[in-house]
Amino acid sequence: MKQYSLEELEQIACKLRKDIISMLERAGSGHPAGSMGLADVFTALYFSVMRHDPKKPHWRERDLVLLSNGHCVPAQYAAMAEAGYFDRKELETLRQLGSRLQGHPERTKLPGLETTSGPLGCGLSQAIGMALGLRLNSQPHRFVYCIMGDGELDEGNIWEAAMLAPKYNLHNLVGIIDRNNIQIDGPTETVVPLEDLRAKWEAFGWHVIEINGNDIEAIIDACAMARAIVEKPSLIIAHTIPGKGVDFMEYDFHWHGMPPDHDQAMKALRELRTLQGRIKAEHE
Amino acid sequence: MSEMHLNDYTSTDVAKAATRKGFGEGLVAAGQADPNIVALCADLTESVQVHLFKEAFPDRFFEIGIAEQNLVTVASGLAAMGKIPFAASYAAFNPGRNWEQIKTTVCLNNQPVKIIGSHAGLYTGPDGATHQMLEDIALTRVLPNMVVIVPVDNIEAKKATLAIAQDKRPAYLRLSRENTPIITTEKTPFEIGKAYVFSQGRDITICSTGPLTYQALAAADMLFKDGIDAEVIHVPTIKPLDAITILNSAKKTGAVITVEEAQINGGLGGAIAELLGEHQPTIMRRMGMRDRFGESGQGPELIEHFGLDAKHIALEAHHLLTSIGKQ
Repeated sequence: MKQYSLEELEQIACKLRKDIISMLERAGSGHPAGSMGLADVFTALYFSVMRHDPKKPHWRERDLVLLSNGHCVPAQYAAMAEAGYFDRKELETLRQLGSRLQGHPERTKLPGLETTSGPLGCGLSQAIGMALGLRLNSQPHRFVYCIMGDGELDEGNIWEAAMLAPKYNLHNLVGIIDRNNIQIDGPTETVVPLEDLRAKWEAFGWHVIEINGNDIEAIIDACAMARAIVEKPSLIIAHTIPGKGVDFMEYDFHWHGMPPDHDQAMKALRELRTLQGRIKAEHE
Repeated sequence: MSEMHLNDYTSTDVAKAATRKGFGEGLVAAGQADPNIVALCADLTESVQVHLFKEAFPDRFFEIGIAEQNLVTVASGLAAMGKIPFAASYAAFNPGRNWEQIKTTVCLNNQPVKIIGSHAGLYTGPDGATHQMLEDIALTRVLPNMVVIVPVDNIEAKKATLAIAQDKRPAYLRLSRENTPIITTEKTPFEIGKAYVFSQGRDITICSTGPLTYQALAAADMLFKDGIDAEVIHVPTIKPLDAITILNSAKKTGAVITVEEAQINGGLGGAIAELLGEHQPTIMRRMGMRDRFGESGQGPELIEHFGLDAKHIALEAHHLLTSIGKQ
């Protein structure tokens, strides 16, 4: 696989963000805030961290990624198209009749997706099943990455999984929480407080790594550290900015499930273009 | 019928066993035949008879704890890695508690996870209404890709277990806690999607599923003495339903009764009403639980209390035939 420089990776992340804005504007529905926030995580996974082959989506040595918060799938579709799983033109079909790019990811529709998700709380358990399956298949060197939303942690199914994974010392399992602090009804700490999140996962028996989830280098480092931990599963709390890259979307929970209209999309794309490759310089 | 190779079920000392026992044995046999078979349980391992598999294949058994949502979603992940997972618990919780996970991560995701719901139906007995799962047939039958099977006895349960182990589709296997009469033999045919005419007749069709097929056969014997020739169709596969066998019989007899220890709304009764309504409108009566919950009591006692034993089935047949002037 090609080795990308950090600058190249940041340019890819910016491209994914532009794709997300264009896709959602065209679709007229979808979830921009989480998708934009996860662009850096997906860039890191598909262009640096994971072993995979876009031309062979069923390659038996590939690492696996599950998007438990399936509503953020535009970011994954954009990353997959950029990586070469399918033609970029197909991004325009998001959420349309007959498209392989369903509103929420469906494994049976699009090769390269590892599961079907959207209803929240189910990804981590499936990732456990996959990690157990890889162990039975004598392939513990393959890693399973499961991205979860933070609002999603309200679901009981997540905590059932959180309790189970350490029982089996699933070191090839890496959970990634998109900690953007928003959910549909408002800030996560107002809806149902999640903190102390780190202490909770550590108490459940996970190795917890906390990072800036919009820092691609930090994401890559955290994944490398997670892979090096052999006695327990790892959890990366990735602090992200919802709507990252577009001023009027950032931090605003109203953009959870509202697509940009034409003027908003134009404004967003202009902003992303001027920031291309200079996101850090402009924003931090 | 000779080609059905049934036991002498009319004998007063007919042997009894629970369908869950047949499943437990079938799972071990399936595990021996295919190394990809794995089993998961939710703190009811011996109760749902998975302990036999656990002892035979400890590395392929996963104790998930009292967490049925986790049970089925971990199973889905195992299936994604080429395994054929049997996710077993009580039907009240599996598919009772984890239905959405089954819909999304098993059926829509089209993974060959086998949902095993034991202690289903009225035969669950003294544990009462909370544990007498009556809605499971309706819940699983509406799911695309899903196969739904309710075996009559332990022998058929074993065959059904082996059959779903080899089948690529998601499946729900409904099992009973109670020891019920063993009416089939090793030679009795079983195939997913087939209904079987256990007793031929021309006056009325009785379609039944699960252990109550024994009661349906006994009812047919009673009716025979009253000069009524009832046809008994055992319907172990509720989805996909064997439309041809049922429609042919309905056409021949012109009157249909369905029997199940489950909610008739959405259950076998619902399925057959839909089939007949679309293809062969036929007068029918649905016997089972009519929009109500069960209660504590011994299994056989409850079957009688709720009017699902042979006597009540025969009586219903009389009523139906009288209502259409056939007797």
